[in-house]
Amino acid sequence: MISQNDVKYIASLARIHLQDDEIQQLTRDLENILQYVTKLSSLDVRQIEPTTHVVPLKNVSRPDLVKPSLKPNIALGIAVEQHQGAFKVPKVIE
Amino acid sequence: MKLNELSAHSLVDLLKSKKTTPQEVLQSLHAHIVQTDKSIKAYVRLNSEKPESTLSENQTCPVPIAIKDNICIAGHETTCCSKILEGFRPPYDATVIEKLRKTGAIFLGQTNMDEFAFGSSTENSCYGSTSNPWDKDCVPGGSSGGSAAAVAAHETIWALGSDTGGSIRQPAAFCGVVGVKPTYGRVSRYGLIAFASSLDQIGPIAKDVEDAALLLKIIAGYDEKDSTSVDVPVPDYPKDMRQEVKGLKVGIPKEYFVEGLDKEIKEAISAAIEVLKKLGVSFKEVSLPHTEYAIATYYIIATAEASSNLARYDGVQYGLRCRPSKTRKSPLIDMYEETRDKGFGKEAKRRIMLGTYSLSTGYYDAYYLQGQKVRTLIKNDFDKVFQEFDAVITPTSPTPAFKKGERINDPLAMYLSDIYTISVNLGGVPAISLPCGFSKTGLPIGLQIITKPFDEETMFRLAYAYEQHTEWHKQKPPQLK
Amino acid sequence: MAEATQQTFDTIIGLEVHLQLNTKTKIFCGCANRFGEEPNSLTCPVCLGLPGTLPVLNQTALEYAIKVTLALNCQINTFVKFDRKNYYYPDLPKGYQISQYDKPLANHGHLIIPTANGPKRINIKRSHLEEDAGKLIHDDKLNCSLVDYNRTGTPLLEIVTEPDLHSPQEAHDYLTILKLTLQYLNVSDCDMEKGSLRCDANVSIRPQGETKLGAKTELKNMNSFRAVKAALEFEVNRQRRLILTGERIVQETRLWDEEKNITVSMRSKEEAHDYRYFPEPDLVPLTIDSKIIEKIRLTLPELPDKKLNRFMEQYGLSQYDAHILIQEQDIANFFERCTEGIEDVPVKKIANWIIGPMREEISANKKKIEYISIREFLMLIRNVEEGKLSNLAAKDVLSVMVSSGENIEKIIAEKGLAQIMDETILEKIVVSVLAENPKVVEQIQQGKESATGFLVGQAMRKSQGKGNPKKFGEIIKRRLQHG
Repeated sequence: MISQNDVKYIASLARIHLQDDEIQQLTRDLENILQYVTKLSSLDVRQIEPTTHVVPLKNVSRPDLVKPSLKPNIALGIAVEQHQGAFKVPKVIE
Repeated sequence: MKLNELSAHSLVDLLKSKKTTPQEVLQSLHAHIVQTDKSIKAYVRLNSEKPESTLSENQTCPVPIAIKDNICIAGHETTCCSKILEGFRPPYDATVIEKLRKTGAIFLGQTNMDEFAFGSSTENSCYGSTSNPWDKDCVPGGSSGGSAAAVAAHETIWALGSDTGGSIRQPAAFCGVVGVKPTYGRVSRYGLIAFASSLDQIGPIAKDVEDAALLLKIIAGYDEKDSTSVDVPVPDYPKDMRQEVKGLKVGIPKEYFVEGLDKEIKEAISAAIEVLKKLGVSFKEVSLPHTEYAIATYYIIATAEASSNLARYDGVQYGLRCRPSKTRKSPLIDMYEETRDKGFGKEAKRRIMLGTYSLSTGYYDAYYLQGQKVRTLIKNDFDKVFQEFDAVITPTSPTPAFKKGERINDPLAMYLSDIYTISVNLGGVPAISLPCGFSKTGLPIGLQIITKPFDEETMFRLAYAYEQHTEWHKQKPPQLK
Repeated sequence: MAEATQQTFDTIIGLEVHLQLNTKTKIFCGCANRFGEEPNSLTCPVCLGLPGTLPVLNQTALEYAIKVTLALNCQINTFVKFDRKNYYYPDLPKGYQISQYDKPLANHGHLIIPTANGPKRINIKRSHLEEDAGKLIHDDKLNCSLVDYNRTGTPLLEIVTEPDLHSPQEAHDYLTILKLTLQYLNVSDCDMEKGSLRCDANVSIRPQGETKLGAKTELKNMNSFRAVKAALEFEVNRQRRLILTGERIVQETRLWDEEKNITVSMRSKEEAHDYRYFPEPDLVPLTIDSKIIEKIRLTLPELPDKKLNRFMEQYGLSQYDAHILIQEQDIANFFERCTEGIEDVPVKKIANWIIGPMREEISANKKKIEYISIREFLMLIRNVEEGKLSNLAAKDVLSVMVSSGENIEKIIAEKGLAQIMDETILEKIVVSVLAENPKVVEQIQQGKESATGFLVGQAMRKSQGKGNPKKFGEIIKRRLQHG
């Protein structure tokens, strides 16, 4: 159902680097789990609406009122690396 | 009884009548934690803050509490027991923490959990596993295993956990304490580090039903910061639960009493049913026909949402950041991939991969959409039963606590142990687990009572009535005797 | 750059515009929605995407979005929801953008643009709300990138056209009309330079008569309407040349290089994004009541195209004049208020004074026309019409009036600009001018009537601009006739 190449592709979509033995193990694990979940396809749900929200809430919003923001030193306080008030990351190549 | 062994409601009385002080309670707890936590490992971080010396009037409940490591406490390292959040200190309090602060709560520390709540045994934590106070070779359950163990071992008066597929109720059952998953939308999720947004709820883990009711009353309520929070008034649960249960109608779902259910558990549940019958509750067999699809549905929906919720852990802003020693793709992508490889544990990776797969192009309809539709069927099953019945009674888990290491290498086997709790999250309904017996080997057995949305009162009523006619909640783990 | 032959190909263009709404706060949190401030000073746990945080929709952002989509003649959907668009980029803190996928706010709208062949309807496929990302700057010296999250969470309205635009000029015109329409609604600064209006284009070409669409390229990084037109022109030519030399057009994203005036392929080695859209579990759906839609529809101002037609009809203005007056709502409103109940001042004069001198003055003095006194302005025009003030002097008075806010009479008195009304004084000036310019007088007497203008000019100079040219002309003519 799922090949090692599939797993490599999914890993790149999920931005996770996997070692070779991990790829093998994950392929096995995912294969087992996916086999198990195929039982869902035996149900005829063509006429059924999907449930995204289990509470019947609609139209929740808030008024356009300004609330105080975090002070820059607090916002940057969580940063792994910062430079002149900005979060610093490795160079992004466009 | 020592101060740390008391319930919150007893302590509140003692504190009000000045027969003790918060400092004394804290001292008792600290002394006990120092002795006990070496072997239980319920806590990952202890708080050294001291309580105020004088209490103000609105501090109605200045009782020490343990908090699961996925609930944000401003300025405290909060990591979901994952390496990837190492060093992260949220600059804000979760709403439930704000509410607790207002009552004068004292935060004892943060408890162990399966990383990002992915697990049913608290063996997936980056800090190592927690032991079940009733048998240290056994797991305390998960993912709120640390909180449940801390309560059972009297290392805290009460605790907060989170429940996405049973993560409060199952460890409560394994540890012989009371755990509640409220109706979805009853308690604010603001500040709960998300696993599966449409399933997560924060709930109380406590020594008895009255404490659970009291703690839920404190943390429940509408929150404007959570768009999925429901604006329904919070009843006085500790008061309402004292109403008699005569005349209540409870269903016994036949799909929950099939092969795979431990014989001792089946007997304990039957005995519990007899206790309630004597109090005037009537029982009838009902059907929740889509029960067998619940686990599959859950693992599609929950992992899909989780894969998206965990995308933010990438080394850019906070937490762990890793770079590989040699360039693979490009500096930024390498950082993402290496951080997430080193930062996530096995189960986290598994779930992210599964979730990503089921949302990806070509698979969305067959997996995610299909799962959402089956969720409707499962929810409808509950709605139908609750048209006629006030509650449903089931075991919390098919087995008592299993041994450490027993299921860790078989993910599917681990997932299948959630069979009795998972439908509840899919349906968004409330449920409580409370002790109803012990196995021959002395492991606790849990009873689950499920009611309709926003009817936690009936749930507490039945639980309280049962509890008051039994002594299970008064038992102590052997090492503490 | 040699251009390939024009006639053989049809151009197909679709535009995707992102509009920043100028609500007071961001779309999902209460941070102020402002531009140009200290980096990371307008953030909070929600827009930083910190663990445990949740979004709550800004009601005004929704209302503004409904306003825009109504102005664009769209059908507002009754059931609307939000979805997550999942991808990784440092300026996207959650690793997903909250947007709308299959149940957007609105569909099936249109905008009419003028073309050489008459008005053309450009269909709008869809419009939806989403959140903006942060700003990423690349620092070559430090070999890193820097992120400012002030902009994350700014409300964006995305407006997507059908591929109905058939030339770069049409694309430019669509943007111009769209911007004017949006400015009337007061929901955005619509400034491409500030980034409150952004545009991406999709363009393909196909041989005339062919119905199948050619491979399209997506163009990004255009910072002005002019750049959009230039980029499209370049790209259309590039695609033509490729086809004519038998090469294939690669379906890709290309960036406009403003300095080199070319489009460049994005050197992305990544596979196409799989956004894995799924419904946003943290936000509940919206059911938009028709009553709310009607309430908002009632707040719509008269839109530019309607106003243009009405101005031409109601005031007898030329299309040219009407077009200028409607470019800014404030100016159009000022014009109309000036004409209310006025019978003595010709509408055309009011229009001319506003189109020319008034617009110049308010621009030069950086004033808002809504604060200019209509009474004073009309009095100024009346003074000119009644001959009490020369045109030139009046322009001077206007300048002072706009910059200082003083009333007309005071300014005229202070500057002594009152036009000379006394005929005897005017007569005296003419006499001296005629005496000083005998040769010109001779020319006029010999039939060169146009030379009168020169003498009028001389008289105006002598009177220091306070004379009345028309009157001078009459007096000169009379005197020369009588010898």
